[in-house]
Amino acid sequence: MIMHNPDSYPSFVQKLTVPLQACGIDILQINVGYICNLECKHCHVEAGPQRTEIMSKQVMEQCLHILQSHSIPTIDITGGAPEMHADLPWFLQECAGLNRRLLVRTNAVILLEKQYEGFIDLYARHNVEVIVSLPHLDAKVTGRQRGEGVFPRVIEALGRLNERGYGQAGSGLVLNLVHNPNGAYLPGSQASLEDQYRKILRERYGVSFNQLFCLTNMPIGRFLQYLRNTGNYADYMNALVGAFNPLALEKAMCRKTVSVAWDGTLSDCDFNQVLGLAIDHGAPDRVSAFDFDKLSRREIVTGNHCYGCTAGAGSSCQGSVLASS
Amino acid sequence: MGDYYEQKDLADFANIGEYSPELGKKYFDYYGEAMKPGALTEREKLLIALAVATTQKCPYCIDAYTNQCLSLGISQEEMMEAVHVGAALVAGIVLAHSTQMRKIIKKKEM
Repeated sequence: MIMHNPDSYPSFVQKLTVPLQACGIDILQINVGYICNLECKHCHVEAGPQRTEIMSKQVMEQCLHILQSHSIPTIDITGGAPEMHADLPWFLQECAGLNRRLLVRTNAVILLEKQYEGFIDLYARHNVEVIVSLPHLDAKVTGRQRGEGVFPRVIEALGRLNERGYGQAGSGLVLNLVHNPNGAYLPGSQASLEDQYRKILRERYGVSFNQLFCLTNMPIGRFLQYLRNTGNYADYMNALVGAFNPLALEKAMCRKTVSVAWDGTLSDCDFNQVLGLAIDHGAPDRVSAFDFDKLSRREIVTGNHCYGCTAGAGSSCQGSVLASS
Repeated sequence: MGDYYEQKDLADFANIGEYSPELGKKYFDYYGEAMKPGALTEREKLLIALAVATTQKCPYCIDAYTNQCLSLGISQEEMMEAVHVGAALVAGIVLAHSTQMRKIIKKKEM
């Protein structure tokens, strides 16, 4: 965890003229567990097959109760690989019944496995917006980050999603992709990268999608280890700090999000969740104590990792927060 | 004074308008216009910039444009091809100047 760095850059809190404050709750992000069939090098959750943290049905029911009681417009389900949660089909059905924007973040590779291939149809029937990580258009580069052989399997899964109508004009089924850099540098302009993804995926693989989200790698978890092991940490932090953008801070996703961990802990974002930073400053930090009004105007818990979301055009789970950097 | 070409000096580029802010602003405005996507894409412009940076042997520019190329997902192969275009041009420019040498040889030698 990087809460301070005494020598080379100002702490994030010094960049704040006033404490960072929430302004409503538009997104309930629900992390259903850290188990995953992959072990990607950039994964801030450090998910993998050995992880045992999994959301109980009771916490899921508490999430549903919150959603039934409050008109939070977006439900954002993430993991790990959410499909590996045995209660996900039930949970999706319940969420879909609430008629909100419903998102699932999938590694897509899992959708090729016999046990999980039915999820493509399930997602389509519940009009789930599917978000797939595809860091790079080069198979070797994506393989280095997400594991050997992952790229062709993602392409195959995207093809199957396309066949089911995902990413196709007029179908209403949304397929969005996620790009993140394959190393110690910041993402380029989302518009340029999206153009390139669209062109290459169509020409080489016949794959189509709706939007590309560009995410900055957060200096936490496995990526932090990589930065330290390769002597890139100071340069990377200086790049983030140098690119600090107050406009991106204003639009930071945490200001309209509450993140629910597998064990029912509430955090300001998924990154704070894995850093063990629960919601603080007098607002409830447990799903069982959810208080919409208090959480809607809570003070956000910040740390130096917040430079990751406020660099350049900003970074959120739905890509850049500003039109261009 | 320390060493020439210190990496941290790259960050000082933003201050080149010091002592001449008007000209500095004009330069940055011009730079911004020249580098934004137009008939050429941002990717194409970055690859041209990388080729120029290497042929001009500017460590700051090589640092800046290698990072920017990576940021746009430009592959190692694409970047190296751009460098080879620069190298081929530089080689050609050197060889083209041998014309002067050959002309002098032909004039001076019996």
